[in-house]
Amino acid sequence: MGHVSLKSLNKFYGDLEVIPNLDLEIPEGSFTVLVGPSGCGKSTILRLIAGLEEVTKGEILIDDNDVTYLEPSQREIAMVFQSYALYPHMTVAENIGFGLTLAKLPKSDIRKRVLEAAKILQLEELLERKPKALSGGQRQRVAIGRAITRNPKVFLFDEPLSNLDASLRSQMRVELTELHSQIKATMIYVTHDQVEAMTMADQIVVLNKGNIEQVGNPMELYEFPQTLFVARFIGSPKMNIFQGEVAAKYQCQALGVRPEHMEISHDGGILKGSIRHIEKLGADTLVYSQISGYDTVTARIIGKLEMNIGDQISLKFSDSHVHRFNDGIRIDS
Amino acid sequence: MPNNKVLAIRRQNFAGWSMALPACLLVFTFLILPFFMAFGLSLTNQRLVSPNPTEFVGFDNFRQMLGIGLLTMEPDVDDTGNIKIDQEGNPIYPRVRNFTRNQDDYPQYFKKREWFRIGLPNDKMLVVLSQDVVFMKALSNTLLFALIVCPIQAGFALGLALLINQPLRGINIFRTVYFAPVVISMVVVSLLWRFIYDGQNGLLNALLQMFSLGLFEPVDWLGNTTTALPAIMAMSIWQGVGFHMVIWLSGLQTIPISHYEVARIEGATRWQTFRYVTWPSLRNTAILVMVIITMQAFTLYPQVQVMTRGGPLDSTQSLVFQAVVRGYEKQDISGGSAISVLLFLLVLSISLFQRYLTREKD
Repeated sequence: MGHVSLKSLNKFYGDLEVIPNLDLEIPEGSFTVLVGPSGCGKSTILRLIAGLEEVTKGEILIDDNDVTYLEPSQREIAMVFQSYALYPHMTVAENIGFGLTLAKLPKSDIRKRVLEAAKILQLEELLERKPKALSGGQRQRVAIGRAITRNPKVFLFDEPLSNLDASLRSQMRVELTELHSQIKATMIYVTHDQVEAMTMADQIVVLNKGNIEQVGNPMELYEFPQTLFVARFIGSPKMNIFQGEVAAKYQCQALGVRPEHMEISHDGGILKGSIRHIEKLGADTLVYSQISGYDTVTARIIGKLEMNIGDQISLKFSDSHVHRFNDGIRIDS
Repeated sequence: MPNNKVLAIRRQNFAGWSMALPACLLVFTFLILPFFMAFGLSLTNQRLVSPNPTEFVGFDNFRQMLGIGLLTMEPDVDDTGNIKIDQEGNPIYPRVRNFTRNQDDYPQYFKKREWFRIGLPNDKMLVVLSQDVVFMKALSNTLLFALIVCPIQAGFALGLALLINQPLRGINIFRTVYFAPVVISMVVVSLLWRFIYDGQNGLLNALLQMFSLGLFEPVDWLGNTTTALPAIMAMSIWQGVGFHMVIWLSGLQTIPISHYEVARIEGATRWQTFRYVTWPSLRNTAILVMVIITMQAFTLYPQVQVMTRGGPLDSTQSLVFQAVVRGYEKQDISGGSAISVLLFLLVLSISLFQRYLTREKD
C-alpha cells in the first residue's frame, strides 16, 4: 500500500517552469526524502502529490490509481506542515480528530481513534490542552497525530523539523524513524537539511532546480555521488573539490575528496598552505586550511591536533578515495 | 560619566514632553474637559443664554427624561353597566388627559403624556405614560436602530470580506467599489439618498415600478412613519458596510494558508471550512467589529439631521439628534448634556456586556 509514481510531471507558475518533466518512483513503505537547496522545487513536488497545487502536465499515481486531478482529501494522503498548522482554538484531541469530526463519525469512534494516535505519540496527558500550551516538539507530534488518524497510504512531511531546536530535532528524527517502522506506511519527507536526509531516509532524492540529480539510499549517495552537485550537497563537512592542476593529474575536470580522507602529510604532500581555522569536536578535529591556488580545504583528523591557526600545513589524500567528475558528471575508473 | 547620562535622559525626557504637550493640551481641552463638563452640566439647569443664574438641580434632568408611569384603564361604562363601543365595535376608553392634567387624585401621572398603549385581557388597557415622550422615542429608535443595523451590517460586511478575500484578478476594483461610500461624507450620502427615497421622482420608486411592471404604488419613504426609520437603516448599512468589510478582511488575512490547506486535505466542505477554521479564527475581529458597529449605531445623527430631522411624528428621533436639538436649538445645555451622559453610560454598559459575553472562557 502506498506506491507513488510521478510520470513526466511538469509544473509552471505562470511562465516560470519550476518542475521540468520529472519521473520518480517512490516504493511502497519507503521513507523517501526529497532534499535540495531552497528553491529546488522539493516542496512543490510534495504539494503536487498532496493536491494542493495543480499539475501543469503529467500524472501522479498512488497504487496505480491516477490521482492527478483528485481533491486532496480523496488521495488517501496526510500532510504535516512546517508550521504544524494546528488550530489554536481547538484542543489537542480536537485537532487530532479534526478529519474524523468533518467526516461526522460518532463521538465514541472519534475518541477511540484519537486515543490510539495519542498513545503512539505519547500525547495522552496533553489531550485537553490547547496548542499554545505545548512545546514545539509536542505541537509537531499533535500534527503527526492528526495525520495518523486519517490512516493514509502516504504521509507527506514538509520540513517538519525546521522550527525545532537542534537537540529536539535529533530526538524527533529518531521518533519519526521509529514511527515509520511502526506503522509501515509510505512516507515522503521534504528537507533542505542533508543530515536529516542521511539519517532517516531509505531512499534519498536529491533535487536541483526542479531536476533529479540522483536517487538512491544514503550510503550510495555518500560513496558514489553521480554528479558534482550531489557530491557537494551530501556530507558534512562538505567534500573538497579540486580543479585545475590537481584534477588534471587524475584526468578529470573536478576531483572530489571527502574531509575524512584528507591526511596531514609530514613528508611533503601535494597541497601546501596555512591553517585558517580549527574546530575541535573532541573525537576528531576539523582543520580548515587555505591552500594556495584553491579554496579552503577541509580535513577531518582523528583525535586531537597540536597545531595553531596560521601554522603551515601540507595535506595529502589516497587515490582510492577520490571522486572524479567531468562536466559535473561522475566518471568511474 | 553616569551624571552625563542621567542629564542626557532628563534632557530627552524634557524634549519628549514638550513635543507631546500641544497634542495633550488639545486632547484635554476638546475631549477630556467637555466629557467631564457634560457630567457637571447635566446636574444643573444651565442654558445657552439666560439671564437667570445657573442652579444645581441634582438628578432632575434625568428624572424628567426617564419618568415613566403605568396607567391601567377600564372601558367607559354606560348607565346600564354595559361597555360603550365605538362604530368599529371597539370599547371606548376614558381620555388620558383625565388622569394627567391637574388631577389631584393622580399626582403620579402629573404632566405625563401617552407613549404607547397595550391591550390587556378583559378589555383593560395599559397605557405607558412618559414625562418626556420625545426622549423615549429617541431612545427606543436608537436601540432599535442598533439592534437591527449591527447584525445586518456585520453580516453583510463579513460576506463581502469573504468574497473579496479570493485571489481573483481585478478583485481590487470590487474592494474599492465597496469601500467608496465610507470615504464619502455621511452628509453628502444622506443628501443623495434623499433623492433616491423621494416620494415623487425618487430613484427607488422608479426602479420598483419598473421591475413590478407599474404595479408598485410609489411610497414617500422618508415621509411615512412606518418606512422612515427602516429607510435610514438601509442607507446607513450601505454606507458603513465597506468599513467593516475592511476590518473583517484584515482578520481574514491573518489566517495562515496552511490552516485552509489542512482543511482541504482533511476533506472539509466549504461550510465546514468556515465553521471550523475561518469563524473561530475571526473571534477577536468579531469582537472588534461588534463593539465598533454598536458604538457607531448609537451615535446615529447626520442621517437624521439631513434626511428627516426626527420626523415624521418623531418616528426617526435619535438620542444624539435630540442632544443637539436640545442643547443648541432649544438652548437647553443641561438637557442636552444629560442625554449625552445617558448615551455614554448606555454604550459603556453595552460594550462591557459584550466584553463579558465574548470573554476567554479558559
